[in-house]
Amino acid sequence: MQASGGATRRQFLKQAGCLLGGALAGVPGMAAASTGGKHCLADVQYPFYGERQQGILTPQQSYVYFLVMDLAVEELNVMREVFQTWTSYAAQLTQGRNVRPYGENQFVPPIDTGEADDLSAYGLTLTFGISPSFLKKLGLQKRAPKEFQDLPLFARDQLRPEWTGGDICIQSCANDAQVAFHAVRQLVRVARANVTMKWSQAGFISADRASDTPRNLFGFKDGTANANTLKEPEKWLWVSEPDWLRGGTYLIVRKIAMHLETWDRTSYREQVRTFGRDRATGAPMGYGKDEFEPLDLSRKDARGQAVISEDSHSALANATGRQMLRRAYSWSDGIHPRTGQFDSGLLFLCYQKSPQQFIDIQSALGNVDRLNEYITHVGSGLFACFPGVREGEYLGQRLLGA
Amino acid sequence: MHTFNKLALAVGVSAMMAFSAPAMAAVDLSAETRAYREFVIGQIDELEKGTRQFAEALRAGNVAEAKRLYPRIRMYYERSEPIAESFGDLDPRIDAREADLEKDQIWMGFHKIEKILWTQNTTKGTEETAKKLLDDIKELRAKVPTVEVTGELMVQGAVDLLNEVSTTKITGEEEIFSRTDLYDFRANIEGAEKIFELLKPKLKEKDAKLVQTLEQRFAAVNALLDRYKVGEQDYKPYTDLSEADTRQLAEAVNKLGEPLAQMGVLLAP
Repeated sequence: MQASGGATRRQFLKQAGCLLGGALAGVPGMAAASTGGKHCLADVQYPFYGERQQGILTPQQSYVYFLVMDLAVEELNVMREVFQTWTSYAAQLTQGRNVRPYGENQFVPPIDTGEADDLSAYGLTLTFGISPSFLKKLGLQKRAPKEFQDLPLFARDQLRPEWTGGDICIQSCANDAQVAFHAVRQLVRVARANVTMKWSQAGFISADRASDTPRNLFGFKDGTANANTLKEPEKWLWVSEPDWLRGGTYLIVRKIAMHLETWDRTSYREQVRTFGRDRATGAPMGYGKDEFEPLDLSRKDARGQAVISEDSHSALANATGRQMLRRAYSWSDGIHPRTGQFDSGLLFLCYQKSPQQFIDIQSALGNVDRLNEYITHVGSGLFACFPGVREGEYLGQRLLGA
Repeated sequence: MHTFNKLALAVGVSAMMAFSAPAMAAVDLSAETRAYREFVIGQIDELEKGTRQFAEALRAGNVAEAKRLYPRIRMYYERSEPIAESFGDLDPRIDAREADLEKDQIWMGFHKIEKILWTQNTTKGTEETAKKLLDDIKELRAKVPTVEVTGELMVQGAVDLLNEVSTTKITGEEEIFSRTDLYDFRANIEGAEKIFELLKPKLKEKDAKLVQTLEQRFAAVNALLDRYKVGEQDYKPYTDLSEADTRQLAEAVNKLGEPLAQMGVLLAP
């Protein structure tokens, strides 16, 4: 009955995490139940309809399946239909249901692919975005806000064309990887004639409690600064103009390769200098005790040197005064064929009111960031995420027309 | 609760399936199945005729003529695969690839000749295999009329032809010596399109939009294949295609395959 000490502790923390997650999140409509034998996160459910799209403010789930697609048909009425179908599918999937009930005709393939038949919602959220090229291809470029342009090339970018650009993205997050993948699979399948898959990335990130900042594969907490962003969401997160994007936000995705082996032979002190934060606590390096203590970049030591190294990742980002909402996931895709090292990294996903916030921060990191030695940006995308939908409406309705 | 919903649905459906399984398809497809049977017989007739020519060219030591004929006559087989492949003993004798061979299996058929023709540039050593191949194809011709053609066989056959393109043609593993994969590719598509054409009138009554979609999707695949056509009957070597070309073809096939499987609406009880 009693597992070994370690396992028991993990189980306990998981349980506590579930309960805390439910309580702390305080998201309306979120139902956290604990029932006998069932995974404690199985019945977590987030409402699909609402003022905002899901998967942005939602407490970060453990798994992502992120997909970028190109338009195969450049016709507005066709894409309108696609988004109408996706809206109705997403409304079902996020509530733990199949896209439609199975039909009776055995001579056609089943309407749902079935791998989630016995799985509940697991906190599934589906978030949809479109790119500047989407608008152009559909003749809607006049509706594009001026800041909605392809990102500039940043210093040290090694972007691969196959992981860059694209017309539409879907971010599928859940506390079960199978549920997250199943949802995307259904959405692609129903629209296959009209969209072509470009690239995708599965990812994972975990914390015992929903309130904990999760750690990336370098062992550091990733997303501590989100607390600042969330203090002023209207300033940093939600778009007010143009009309079709009011209440929406911009999503930037960067596929970042992380060179784990090089990192792993880096001393603790150097790792801390690289991030500018203590690894164990996430607090500002040198003086901080608490993760959420403000970064004091002006603080000097006895010799007049900055306490937080000026070329550290956190110092450079913080000095811009810009905020954004980070929602990154780690990925690990086997062994790199040429180097024989782990093919791993970060699927950096961040949300902001204007792409300029990201541009400013990324430009500041430039060639200076100490972290550059250990990472390479290999993929990129900018997407506008529509505002949420009310029942009876569909995603992107104010852009694509009724 | 939601899980129960899904489970209930699944259970409901399987119960329903158990009852409806023996039921016959409601639409009368006897004319269509007859026409399809005749089509396949016609294809195998041509296959037999072509193989006879092919064997003669090989016996005469005419390498160029044998290479010219090889991909063209294979198209008759590839077009009729839903039925031609259904004889478990014959298909390996006619169409086995080197990679398909089991331990101690004796290799025969088209691909054995292909290897000699293209890697040694000779007809020597093909004569016996060609003779045996012709015999096997005659046997196939004799057996084909015995197949019971149903609407389900036709729908599934069309889907299988597409699946075959997706899994073995796109990868270029079918004709590894001659690189004539695009002939097979086109023939598989034509085989599926023939089935669609035969079912089209009845399908239109049931789902006109599906018919329209399928017409567009077939046209898209065919337009891509036309790019690689040489003259009236021939195709470029598969190795001429870039990775991007191949991916484009694969995607067009996938975009056709999904709605093609929906032809099963015709068979709804």
